[in-house]
Amino acid sequence: MPRLSADRKHLVSFTLNGKPVSGMAEPRMTLSDFLRHEIGATGTHVGCEHGVCGACTVQIDGGLARSCLALAVQTDGCEVRTVEGLSPDNGVTLSILQDEFRNHHGLQCGFCTPGFLMTLDALFRERPDASAEQIRQTLSGHLCRCTGYASIMKAALAAQQRLRGEPRQKAQENSKGGSHA
Amino acid sequence: MKPAPFDYLRVEHIDEALEALRKEGGDARIIAGGQSLMPMLAMRLARPKLLVDIMHVDAMRRIDDDGRTLHIGAAVRQAKLERHPGLAGRQPLLAGALAWVGHAQTRARGTICGSIAHADPSAELPLSLMTLGGSVHLRTRKKRRALAAHEFFAGMMATAKTDDEMIEAVSFPTVLPGTGYAFNEVGRRHGDFAIVACAAVVHANKAMLGIGGVADVPTVRALPLPDAPDFTDALNQYAWDLDARDDLHATARYRRDLIRQLGRRTIEEAARCRA
Repeated sequence: MPRLSADRKHLVSFTLNGKPVSGMAEPRMTLSDFLRHEIGATGTHVGCEHGVCGACTVQIDGGLARSCLALAVQTDGCEVRTVEGLSPDNGVTLSILQDEFRNHHGLQCGFCTPGFLMTLDALFRERPDASAEQIRQTLSGHLCRCTGYASIMKAALAAQQRLRGEPRQKAQENSKGGSHA
Repeated sequence: MKPAPFDYLRVEHIDEALEALRKEGGDARIIAGGQSLMPMLAMRLARPKLLVDIMHVDAMRRIDDDGRTLHIGAAVRQAKLERHPGLAGRQPLLAGALAWVGHAQTRARGTICGSIAHADPSAELPLSLMTLGGSVHLRTRKKRRALAAHEFFAGMMATAKTDDEMIEAVSFPTVLPGTGYAFNEVGRRHGDFAIVACAAVVHANKAMLGIGGVADVPTVRALPLPDAPDFTDALNQYAWDLDARDDLHATARYRRDLIRQLGRRTIEEAARCRA
C-alpha cells in the first residue's frame, strides 16, 4: 500500500454486515466517523471518542473493537459487523439478543445499546456457556447511565438461554440470590 | 476529540517501517493495535506527521517459546496471548496480569508490545515485564539491541527507545522450578487504571515484589517472606519509598495502605503457588 497523505481523502473498502461498502476517508478519520458519515450506517453510536464508554463497539474480522480507536484506513479489506447486522432479516424482526433487551428493559435511552449488543454477540459466539461472572466482566467495558446494569444482565442471561435452545425462565439472575451486575 | 492530520503508511515488511523511522524520526509513530496511541491522538497529546501501521508484518505476529522465554512479536494482540494454549502453565504471572489489561474490547485490538512502548506507570504489562526481569528487543535500520526492562522504562510514559528505533518484540522469562507467581490489582472498576497493582515472584525464602500505579515507573524490590520478622518493616519502607501522591482516584495514604495489604497478599499467594 502506498503512503496515504494527510491532506487527501483515500478510497476505503470493506465488507459491512456481509455487503461490500466503500467511501473516502482522510487517514485520521476514525472507523466510527467513517461508518456514520461516509457510509450512513448510524446504528453505531459515538460517545467519548477515546475508548472508554464502549458505545461505538463493533466487530472487525470477528473480534471486538472500539470503532473510535480504529482508523478507517486500517479497516480497509476487513470484515466489519455492526448492530445493523444483528437482525436476521435486515431489520424486520429483532435478533434474540435484541428481543431480550426489549423484554428485560435492557435499555432506556438506547445510546449505549449497540455496543453492549455487539460485545454480547461476540461473547456468546466464542463462549456460548459463559458464566454470569464472565458476562459481567466482559460487559465492564461498557458504560450505561440509564439501567443500572441489572436489567442488562437479565437480558444477557435470557438471550444466552434462548441461544442455547433452553426453555425460557424468568428472572434467573434474581433466583440465584445476591448476584447483581 | 479528532486526531490532528497525519500520513498513513501500511507496511508488510519490517524494513519499510524502519526506513520510515530512519527518515522521519520523531515525526513518525508506529501504530499496532492503537489502543494506547489512538486516545493520545484523539486528545492531541500526540501529533505525529506519519503513522506506520505494522499489523500486516507477518513475521511480528509470532509467539515463540524457546523453553526459557516467551518471545512476543510487535503485532501480537493481547487477546491472542490471552488465548495462547498453556499460557498459565508457561508464565502464570503474565496470564494473571492479562485479565486486568483494559477490557475484553480493547484486548481484542491492543498489542503486548504497544502497551510496553506506551509505558503507562499504571499499566499491567510493563509491571509484569519488570517483575519477571524480561527484556525489550529494539531495532533500527542498522542495528538491534536488547534492553532489560529496568533499562527500558525511563519515566512516566518515557522509555530508552530512540526516535529511529521500534520495538520488534519483548520477551518474558517462563516459569522456573520451585518458583511461585501472583498478580493482583485494585482499581475503581475492573478494567480501570490501577490504583495499585502488585506482581510477585517467590523463590526459596525471597520474594520479588513489583508495584505499579504508584511511582512514575513500575518498580521491583526484593523482600523477605511474610513469616520473616523483618517483613512488615521492609514492606512498609517500600510503600513509603515510592513517594505515592494524592490524585483524583486515591490519596497517597490509601495507596501506601494498598501496597501493605495487597503486597503481602500477593506474596503469600505466590508462595503458595510454588511448583
